[in-house]
Amino acid sequence: MSRLVDLAAVLRSKNAGPFLVTLDLLFEDDVTYRRVRDSGVLDPARIGALYGVPAEAVRVIPFDVARAIKVTLPRAHSAGSPADTDVYGAQQHGPLLELEVPE
Amino acid sequence: MKIIALNGQLGYGFTEEAFREGMARGPDVLGVDGGSTDGGPYYLGEGRPMVSRQAVRRDLSYALPAAVQRGIPLIIGSAGTGGGAPHVAWTRAIIEELAAEHGLRFRMAVIGAEIPAAEVLAALDERRVRPAQVGVPPLTPAAVHRATRIVGQMGVGPFMEALDRGADVVLAGRACDTAIFASPAIRAGYPTGLAYHMAKIAECGAHCAVPGIGADCLWVELAQDHFIVEPLHPEKYCTPVSTAAHSLYEQADPFMVQEPEGVVDVSAARFEALDWRTVRVSGSRFTPVSGRPTIKLEGAARVGFRAITVAAARDPAFICEVDGIVDRVKELVAGNLRGRLPEGSWSLRFRMLGRDAIMGEREPLRHRLPHELGLVVEALADSQDAADAVVALARSTLLHAGYPGRKATAGNLALPYSPADIPLGPAYEFVVYHLMELEDAASPFPVELVDVGGAA
Repeated sequence: MSRLVDLAAVLRSKNAGPFLVTLDLLFEDDVTYRRVRDSGVLDPARIGALYGVPAEAVRVIPFDVARAIKVTLPRAHSAGSPADTDVYGAQQHGPLLELEVPE
Repeated sequence: MKIIALNGQLGYGFTEEAFREGMARGPDVLGVDGGSTDGGPYYLGEGRPMVSRQAVRRDLSYALPAAVQRGIPLIIGSAGTGGGAPHVAWTRAIIEELAAEHGLRFRMAVIGAEIPAAEVLAALDERRVRPAQVGVPPLTPAAVHRATRIVGQMGVGPFMEALDRGADVVLAGRACDTAIFASPAIRAGYPTGLAYHMAKIAECGAHCAVPGIGADCLWVELAQDHFIVEPLHPEKYCTPVSTAAHSLYEQADPFMVQEPEGVVDVSAARFEALDWRTVRVSGSRFTPVSGRPTIKLEGAARVGFRAITVAAARDPAFICEVDGIVDRVKELVAGNLRGRLPEGSWSLRFRMLGRDAIMGEREPLRHRLPHELGLVVEALADSQDAADAVVALARSTLLHAGYPGRKATAGNLALPYSPADIPLGPAYEFVVYHLMELEDAASPFPVELVDVGGAA
């Protein structure tokens, strides 16, 4: 087992517009990328549970050419609104770091 | 075509070293993105920029004289962060000041991006408005009226018109990030897909490089079948991963980038290292929209005024009991204000830094108590005076609140500042983030030409 944070070269979150947050994972080599992509670890139900959104609201998009996996989900509150906690959405990646990926 | 992207946002700065290197290479265009919705709704709503006048002046003090003296265009999009009329005017004043100081004469195109509420309401009435993304509620007339202004993101058309009409400097309000850099390229006949993909990377400056800080210049060379990117600072470098990562940046979909005139498809894009610091990108495609073009609308409405106190606690018993203590503080404050401030006209919130301020109930580690807890006490109310009063009362109540097991009876908080309470001013939220269909994507954005410098 390896942690996602150790497998990914880039693991970040950011707003995609004020209403969505998008998480990007990028990998340095095809083997690691395919291992994570095909592991089923980044599935909408698991991510939905981590972030408190329904699975149907989560999009997981592998981007083979860039060895990247993109996860997009709705923000709990629009960026900068009174209840918001993270205007840029740049620190929402925490729950993904420790996810374990089988060999 | 050789392009310098000054940085990721006008006013973020860049190194003089990178700028001089770029100018020495003989660019055809200088461009910079002046704003975004990244920083939240305040800047658009209030009509103020997110960067300081000094910082924007500094960046332009390099770029403006260099561009004018070399006879190459300087293109600024989404001026002043929000890209509305006050933001453009603010930037224009800086440009005109610098022009006078440096004795520069040039033609400037000023392109406004504010769209009258009446026009948006008409579009809404004609069912030509839809949410810009999932999670955005349908637009209502009430939301249109609440917004302090509505801007549309202009596409390449107005920029191209400005350049056609001889503008040396293009100062545009809210624009698609890509329009700034794609417009001179498309105008010069480069393939649209490549031009847009290039523009998407360029608009963040050196963010696609390592270290990934946007605050420096990016060099771009566009050819008919590829473009290359290279950071201008000699110690920075672009890799295929860092550049590919950038194409995903701030996008919900890594494959398709929506522009007013169509969709840019980067799914088949290739990123190849030319050397240790230069990346070649190819394979980007463009599909024109089949129906009418759409313009993305943005608008923010004020929701009240805020005041905060920043504090910290070090006492383990306080930190352990803080949720119960805060509940009691809220009750005491509500009791004190009953009959003095209207019910529902104010609210109090406590952010616990070091515990769960970022992810709230979703924080998997929120039960792990820190040895030091940061607290932001925040009041939201109908007026600044009311917000100030609420936060002051909450702060003093929290500072002196008793709780079971308390030994630190002199005060619960470390306050870093005197004055402790900080008025934050108006609070906003986005209420317009919608696509408006129209016949001509450029029609809401008239191009005004101004001759700056005049007679000597």
